[in-house]
Amino acid sequence: MALLFKNTKDLESKIDTYLDLIVKGGFLFKQGVKYYLEEETDEFEKRITSIDKTETDADILRREIETKLYSETLIPESRGDVLGILEACDKVLNLTAETLIQFSVEIPFFLPELKKKYLDLSEASISALEEMVAAVRAYFRDITKVRDHITKVQLYESESDRIAVKIKQKVFRSDISLSQKMHMRYFALHIENIADEAEDLCDRLSIAVIKRYI
Amino acid sequence: MIWFYLISGLFLGWSLGANDASNIFGTAVGTRMIKFRTAAIITTIFVILGSVISGAGATHTLGKLGAVNAIAGSFTVALAAATTVAWMTKLKLPVSSSQAIVGAIIGWNLFTGSPTDINSLTKIISTWIICPLLTAFFSFLLYKITIKILYKINIHILEQDVYNRIGLVLVGAFGAYSLGANNIANVMGVFVPSSPFSSLSFGNFFSINGTQQLFLLGAIAISVGVFTYSYKVMMTVGNDLFKLTPVAALVVVLAESIVLFLFASKSLERWLISHGLPPIPLVPVSSSQAVIGGIIGIVLAKKGRGINYKLLGKISSGWVTTPIIAAIISFVSLFFVQNVFEQKVVQPSNNKDVNVEHQIKINKKVFHIPDKTDIKSKVPDKFRKQKSISSKNRINNQ
Repeated sequence: MALLFKNTKDLESKIDTYLDLIVKGGFLFKQGVKYYLEEETDEFEKRITSIDKTETDADILRREIETKLYSETLIPESRGDVLGILEACDKVLNLTAETLIQFSVEIPFFLPELKKKYLDLSEASISALEEMVAAVRAYFRDITKVRDHITKVQLYESESDRIAVKIKQKVFRSDISLSQKMHMRYFALHIENIADEAEDLCDRLSIAVIKRYI
Repeated sequence: MIWFYLISGLFLGWSLGANDASNIFGTAVGTRMIKFRTAAIITTIFVILGSVISGAGATHTLGKLGAVNAIAGSFTVALAAATTVAWMTKLKLPVSSSQAIVGAIIGWNLFTGSPTDINSLTKIISTWIICPLLTAFFSFLLYKITIKILYKINIHILEQDVYNRIGLVLVGAFGAYSLGANNIANVMGVFVPSSPFSSLSFGNFFSINGTQQLFLLGAIAISVGVFTYSYKVMMTVGNDLFKLTPVAALVVVLAESIVLFLFASKSLERWLISHGLPPIPLVPVSSSQAVIGGIIGIVLAKKGRGINYKLLGKISSGWVTTPIIAAIISFVSLFFVQNVFEQKVVQPSNNKDVNVEHQIKINKKVFHIPDKTDIKSKVPDKFRKQKSISSKNRINNQ
């Protein structure tokens, strides 16, 4: 019996660590965008390296968790949902890492008056990601709190949509070239997508919550 | 010859194992909380322990229903019950082995002209209705309480999974022990007087008497039934009728255990009587009906959605047809055993101490010739001179 609980504790710890890595990825993204906009290249490059490593570690951990869930036939009723939730979390982290790496690859130009808006947009999107992680933790530990976190994700997603629309409006009303406008629009879209993916995961999570105790 | 007759007992044991294991681990295996192999091993161990340690004489109510008093009769009754249960198992329907035995005994009563105790029969039939209803009630209540508790305590989903599995294993082991203890008498009880085994001693450690060896053989037959043919009925109970969650699976087996305990506990009966409360009658109830009742309770708690009504109808009709089919098979088989194989299926009773008035109360037909001294003390002197009047007519006139 002690062995059963030891295995369970190990897996619980792995799931918590995995979720911590997603939060870390979000934090690195926020910092990365900030340092890019402030033109602090060294700090920005460090964040790129860290987020890439975080994403790789998260992938390894996710595969270990999924293998253990299925090989030890744990939570047979819910493991399909848990598998889907973990993979959706991985998708959000992948998008976060890829978006930051694109800053390094494409070296976009941002209008000075819009830098603050991009910071606000990344702040809103990463807040949605953090609430998403809190909702997933609550699914495992305290199912009554899931709904509160899902509501916050929806609010942050709406906020990120609003900021993204404002950025795009200002960009297309400015005097820069069309290619620069499209480039800036692309980055606004991809930062906004992080919040959209977090919201999609929460839609899936709310169904999983209903299935557990109906 | 006793070895040949034992075959029907072993067949009945096999059928019982194949069908009744679903009542213990059906919900656990159906929800994939416990592997079938694990469930079968646990059932085997605890059925054998229950049979050898706690298996005791015939169930009293079944004994009152009809006293099968010839070995060939017992062989045929057991064979009829076993065939019926095996047939229902092939149809993947969970049925009560006790119902099949009741039907087979009534078939013997009808064939031999023996009286059927209507009171006992009424009691048994009423439990076939009360048991699933009571289990449904307990299951509904327990499920509502459990969900409320789970919402309040903040336990990790993986920890909850472990507690669920431990609960299912413990309740399942207890259920298997009870299955062995309560049902081995149905399987092997009739062969106890003619047991071919003698006591075995293993030094000063322990000894095993002939009856226990017989019960061990019966328990092994039950276990073989569990391993070879119980999977399909387990899946019917645990999966096909209604998609149970692991929590619901545990609630069902707990409700089942509570009801079986209520109807079997002598200590509870004594406690109720000592406190001036109405006692619960001690009758053998069907665990198959209890587990289906438990699942219905969960369905009601979930507002009746998602149940396979067609399958439920099939299971319910199986409960009605099982005793009828067993009675018919018993009756027909007894005819062949008596007339084709020329075996005695009933021993005429020589019991001169039978209370005649009691016999009349049970059944209008009187098979026993009353003792002359009994009648002498009751018949007035003027009638004793009239030797032409038969005893039977005197009794009818009284």
